[in-house]
Amino acid sequence: MEDIQLQETIERYLTDQMSVEERTQFEAIRKTTPEIDQMVIEHAMFLREMELYVNRKNFSALNKQVFNQLLDAGTWTPAAEQPTSFKVIQLWSKYKKVTAIAASVGGFIALFTSAMVLFFFPSINGNQILELSKAVEKIERNQKVQGHILNEVKTKVPENSKLISGGSGFLIDTKGFVITNAHVLKGEGAIVVNSLGQEFKATIVYSNKNSDLALLKIEDEDYKQAKALPFTIRKKSSDLGEDIFTLGFPRNDNDIVYGRGYLSAQTGFNGDSNTYQIQISANPGYSGAPVFNDKNELIGIMSSRQKQAEGVAFAIKSDKLFDLVEILEANELTKDLNVKLNKQKVKGSKNRKAQINNFKNYIYSVRAFD
Amino acid sequence: MYPNRINLLKAELNEQALLKGLAENDSRAVEALYKSHFGMIQHFVTNNNGSFDDARDIFQEAMITLYEKVQLDHFALTCQIKTYLFSICKNLWLKRLQQMGKYSAPLSAQEETVSVEEDLDRFEKKDAAFAIMDRSLNSLGEPCKSLLEGYYLNKKGMQELASQFGYTNADNAKNQKYKCLMRLKKLFFAQYNIGE
Repeated sequence: MEDIQLQETIERYLTDQMSVEERTQFEAIRKTTPEIDQMVIEHAMFLREMELYVNRKNFSALNKQVFNQLLDAGTWTPAAEQPTSFKVIQLWSKYKKVTAIAASVGGFIALFTSAMVLFFFPSINGNQILELSKAVEKIERNQKVQGHILNEVKTKVPENSKLISGGSGFLIDTKGFVITNAHVLKGEGAIVVNSLGQEFKATIVYSNKNSDLALLKIEDEDYKQAKALPFTIRKKSSDLGEDIFTLGFPRNDNDIVYGRGYLSAQTGFNGDSNTYQIQISANPGYSGAPVFNDKNELIGIMSSRQKQAEGVAFAIKSDKLFDLVEILEANELTKDLNVKLNKQKVKGSKNRKAQINNFKNYIYSVRAFD
Repeated sequence: MYPNRINLLKAELNEQALLKGLAENDSRAVEALYKSHFGMIQHFVTNNNGSFDDARDIFQEAMITLYEKVQLDHFALTCQIKTYLFSICKNLWLKRLQQMGKYSAPLSAQEETVSVEEDLDRFEKKDAAFAIMDRSLNSLGEPCKSLLEGYYLNKKGMQELASQFGYTNADNAKNQKYKCLMRLKKLFFAQYNIGE
């Protein structure tokens, strides 16, 4: 029997769409074929979860609809009781000063506060997490400075476009595929800049706000395909306490910045199993930067940090890159890109300075424009 | 019967009817529950460092918990709906406050509460599975996401889906649905096993 027919049969069996006769027949097959029995059990589990998902989704929608109707009818008055200012608000007031200083240099830290997002994705909590994407005007200003130094090099940002966000990124395939955070790419297009200050045009191939991963492809004649990646992309999860380091572009200039720390929890914010918690001093601009262990392995992608706790940051687990590639392969439009992740162990030096030297050419500053 | 006993019986029957309506996704039951109990939660949350929106979110979660409880085979509510919803909300809000590092003093509340730990555990487990399914569906891309949602969420037939997605016949749509389903299952179980 073909797989598709088998799957269909199992689904009909599980959803009570079989005649008594057919059912008896199928149950006999199920008893004698362990593989089929296993498939039935697995699919039953899946359908149960799907049913739960569907029910909850429908009920949530009904819930919201009823609530909004009653709210519109004036059943409750939202502003009647003022919440007392508490820790988070106090912290915000404290941060406001810092942000004001940063803003005077042109910096601004993005916060996102959608209550809907909070409801559906508890792991993304606007009040407590800061995305690490970089300032807007900051980069613009920097570009002007750069313009003075390198007079003959014209920026590759299209005319009439304005830079609106920025962060870090790194090559995962030397064909020119650069990974960064989806929240870094607020605009329409992007350029990437290497550690020497050289700009390259790039197109956004894939961006997923849920996983907060995005893939860029450098499409620029000036881009020379690099040698094989000097690091492996780790598929298995990493150990608690492992020493880690990151390289990114959190500053105004084009200098790559090194930071080190350790893996402090297997799960991220509110137990999010897609991310690690790491102890590292993370600044805006580190978003999308790679996180390495000392075995020349990429273990994660920097994405956000907790507001109240300095030094606590979250990194998307590197195995999510394999999921991403799988998604690309399954899609008609992107399957020909042929993105390959390096799974081969890289021997290379374990000396930190040598590692940084090897890695830095594979790490980019990412700038999005509108 | 004494008049007050009749009133008690009436109230009880009313609660049973509400729970039955809730189990059947009856919007009138949902509306009645909001009307009778949301004010209490709004008062509680906004008096304990929360906003109106926080109260809305918490109450919605409590409604889902109750909804999923009434779906259970051996469902029994051993207290009034009011007490149940309040107990859930209080627990959820306490947890939320702790997560935000806001919690300091015991919450102020006059209402009586019952133990709801078991229900909250169940809610959390289902919440995790829900999030995995949601993430998996969302990372599928189109047309897979809409096709599977059409089939499982909106219960559309293969013929209808075929014409909606421009497949020449139901068999082609079936083929596509099968491919999409396999990918969804792969994505789902990859995370589901880790999560459990």
